[in-house]
Amino acid sequence: MNTAIANRSVMAKNSVYGDAPDKAPETPHTLSVLVDNAPGVLAKIVGLFSGRGYNIESLTVAETDHDKNLSRITVISKGTPRIIDQIIHQLEKQVPVHHVTDLTLFGPHVARELALIKVNGTDDKRVEALRTAEIFRAKVVDTTLDSLTFEATGTPEKVDAFIDMMQPLGLVQISRTGIAALPRGNEAI
Amino acid sequence: MKDMKSVIEAPQDEENSQENITGAEMMIKALKDQGVDTIFGYPGGAVLPLYDALFQQNEIKHILVRHEQAALHAAEGYARSTGKVGVALVTSGPGATNAVTGLTDAMLDSIPVVCICGQVPSFLIGTDAFQEADTTGITRHCTKHNYLVKDVHKLAETTHRAFHIALTGRPGPVVIDLPKDVQFATGAYTTAEQVEYRSYRPHIEADSSAIEKAIELIAKAKRPILYTGGGIINAGPKAAELLTAFAEKTDIPVTSTLMGLGAFAANKPQWLGMLGMHGTYEANLAMHDCDVMICIGARFDDRVTGNVAGFSPNSFKIHIDIDASSINKNVEVDLGIVADATSALEKMHKAWDAHNHKISDAAMQLWWQEIEKWRKVNCLEYTNSTEVIKPQHALECLRKHLDKRDDVYITTEVGQHQMWAAQYLPFNKPNHWMTSGGLGTMGYGLPAAIGAQIAHPDGLVIDIAGEASIQMNIQELSTAAQYNLPVKVFILNNQWMGMVRQWQELLHGERYSQSYSEALPDFVKLADAYGGLGILVDKPEDLDSAITQMIASDTFTIVDVRVDPKENCFPMIPSGKNHNEMILSADAKQFDKKLV
Ligand SMILES: Cc1cc2nc3c(=O)[nH]c(=O)nc-3n(C[C@H](O)[C@H](O)[C@H](O)COP(=O)(O)OP(=O)(O)OC[C@H]3O[C@@H](n4cnc5c(N)ncnc54)[C@H](O)[C@@H]3O)c2cc1C
Ligand SMILES: Cc1ncc(C[n+]2csc(CCOP(=O)(O)OP(=O)(O)O)c2C)c(N)n1
Repeated sequence: MNTAIANRSVMAKNSVYGDAPDKAPETPHTLSVLVDNAPGVLAKIVGLFSGRGYNIESLTVAETDHDKNLSRITVISKGTPRIIDQIIHQLEKQVPVHHVTDLTLFGPHVARELALIKVNGTDDKRVEALRTAEIFRAKVVDTTLDSLTFEATGTPEKVDAFIDMMQPLGLVQISRTGIAALPRGNEAI
Repeated sequence: MKDMKSVIEAPQDEENSQENITGAEMMIKALKDQGVDTIFGYPGGAVLPLYDALFQQNEIKHILVRHEQAALHAAEGYARSTGKVGVALVTSGPGATNAVTGLTDAMLDSIPVVCICGQVPSFLIGTDAFQEADTTGITRHCTKHNYLVKDVHKLAETTHRAFHIALTGRPGPVVIDLPKDVQFATGAYTTAEQVEYRSYRPHIEADSSAIEKAIELIAKAKRPILYTGGGIINAGPKAAELLTAFAEKTDIPVTSTLMGLGAFAANKPQWLGMLGMHGTYEANLAMHDCDVMICIGARFDDRVTGNVAGFSPNSFKIHIDIDASSINKNVEVDLGIVADATSALEKMHKAWDAHNHKISDAAMQLWWQEIEKWRKVNCLEYTNSTEVIKPQHALECLRKHLDKRDDVYITTEVGQHQMWAAQYLPFNKPNHWMTSGGLGTMGYGLPAAIGAQIAHPDGLVIDIAGEASIQMNIQELSTAAQYNLPVKVFILNNQWMGMVRQWQELLHGERYSQSYSEALPDFVKLADAYGGLGILVDKPEDLDSAITQMIASDTFTIVDVRVDPKENCFPMIPSGKNHNEMILSADAKQFDKKLV
């Protein structure tokens, strides 16, 4: 999804539009976007990212307030501070958007992701997989004689690490939810 | 034109109150409540109930265009020349897709437009029904917002929302996609006052402390400049007045984008002319050399900045814009203020007066001396001819006829003629200049002129056109004929897609690929065929009388001005160059031809 931005500096060399903006370091930001739970809203938000060449590294969305008909979209996007700023302003001006918070700038926050991980194997590998799962506090949610499906929850890094460990043990399939995030403490956004 | 419908009296039944009103009637009522007096549209199966409701009333006038794209441009012309929302009505499928260019045009130029699209009955949506298109999907990113109304009880409310969203904040187009069954269904009407806005709240009020800071910097400036844009027009005539007063009070020079022309009168001494790619030498050099730039309602477009890295390198940049996402988008500024231009300018005046500020006389004297030097370059000078009509000369002649009038509305197509119009015509008031700046849509000018003429029946409305552009919506002459609209089409006929030819000459080794206007129609006969007046001019000495005849004509009129086919539009900042690298003539050596 990030082609437009990534390519900008390459293209700039022989473009009539001159040099691309200076490449400041790109960092991932977790944005929490409160929106009307209405048809087309997600398409609008996702389309805004692709149309303007912003990338999406993770995206989760679900209704969070049934009475008020609100959904929370949690999106991780990578960019220079200026790009992230643009993304936030572009999001804020969409009619169905109520509120945007950059959790990365906001301060300490918790972020969790759930993953389902299927491992095929028997004997030693099966035992090793179960042992590793214990270390990561992953639960077995389905099993057959030669397969195990784990549910792992945690920070994206923890989920990544767990998946890495499962790789040599017969990993066959992964399904991840993308992250949900909220600020720490009594702060509400 | 006497309409059939005026013969038939609208039924005045009391049932039209509350519960029993149909979706179609509800829509018409909501439009009336929003103050709509004109709709530009084209009928079709999916909007028949709406057309039926229109037929049975007399307050809203429907202008039948000849192509849905033109309905949108006409609505834009109407909107830009009145400050009101322009309204278009089109059918489902091809009607809606034909409207897309017009919607995108309104999006890029921030023009308030509401477009009502018919849709197949809601129970057929998603079945590839006859004339079904995913209108909300297609228009999602070329509208400020769009709605699919599936419940008749939400129809009136949605319509009020659409108008509010189109007109407030940064204006733009809003689509209401209305399935046919919802037009037939009955329900209760909601008034505009009953509508609540939970999320959409544009920021209007300028932050006083930020304004104070800006004013302090301006007061200390030695080489200040006001760079203004379409946002001043969007903000309304009051903003233009406040801008004028501020520039006069401080003697700060003013330049404007293509979209902002008219906000500051071109006959005032502080006026430097338009800036940017085809802007004046003095405007661009002043931008490059200024120390404090006050940008109000302009968006640092690439046609304006040229090479961003070399754009006004040493200035402190203040940017006032109603849309936070305009600030720091293309150019990083030092002080961004999110506010409506009127509010910001009011507070700027107040702060300036409260502190009794005055910019140093000595500094301003030096600054103006420098600007005068640039002005003396006389960048808009061209070599006139007695043999062939130079396009610039044609416009200067026209200008003489327009200078003393204040009822002139100019629209343009897209190309060289558009730039020459911006350079050579007088713009002294806001809302009298309509052009497609952001999207650069050929075919915009004639329908926009029709929209402006509908809004100003006694005005002198002139579309400055190229012979290629005019053919993109030429069918609208029929609309002009139907409604007796005396719009004037002033074609600078150079037999080329001039702007394309110019770039090919300067940047592509004079390889004129597909840019010749082959097989042109006889525009005089064409005007005649549609029932209007056609005038051909090919000698400089006949220009004056042709223009006199055009202005006197009470029917729509085409003037086919045969101009020098190879004239180029200057000055010009070659793309990717700095403001101070602008070139004044066609010296090919000055172009970096490797840039494409
Ligand atoms: C062939 C061609 C050549 C061109 N060459 C040039 C050129 O040489 N020079 C030039 O200037 N342009 C040129 N253009 C036009 C150019 O592409 C842009 O359309 C134009 O520069 C944009 O004008 P603007 O910055 O005033 O912004 P607009 O598009 O008019 O946008 C208005 C800005 O004001 C803000 N705004 C809206 N309402 C308010 C309010 N109430 N208060 C405060 N802010 C508000 C908006 O958020 C936005 O940022 C050319 C176009 C074509 C087709
Ligand atoms: C719909 C559309 N298609 C293509 C273009 C690209 N384009 C820009 S200017 C131009 C030529 C316009 O020619 P003409 O109307 O004769 O005007 P001139 O430049 O000769 O004054 C073209 C093709 C455009 N702006 N809009």
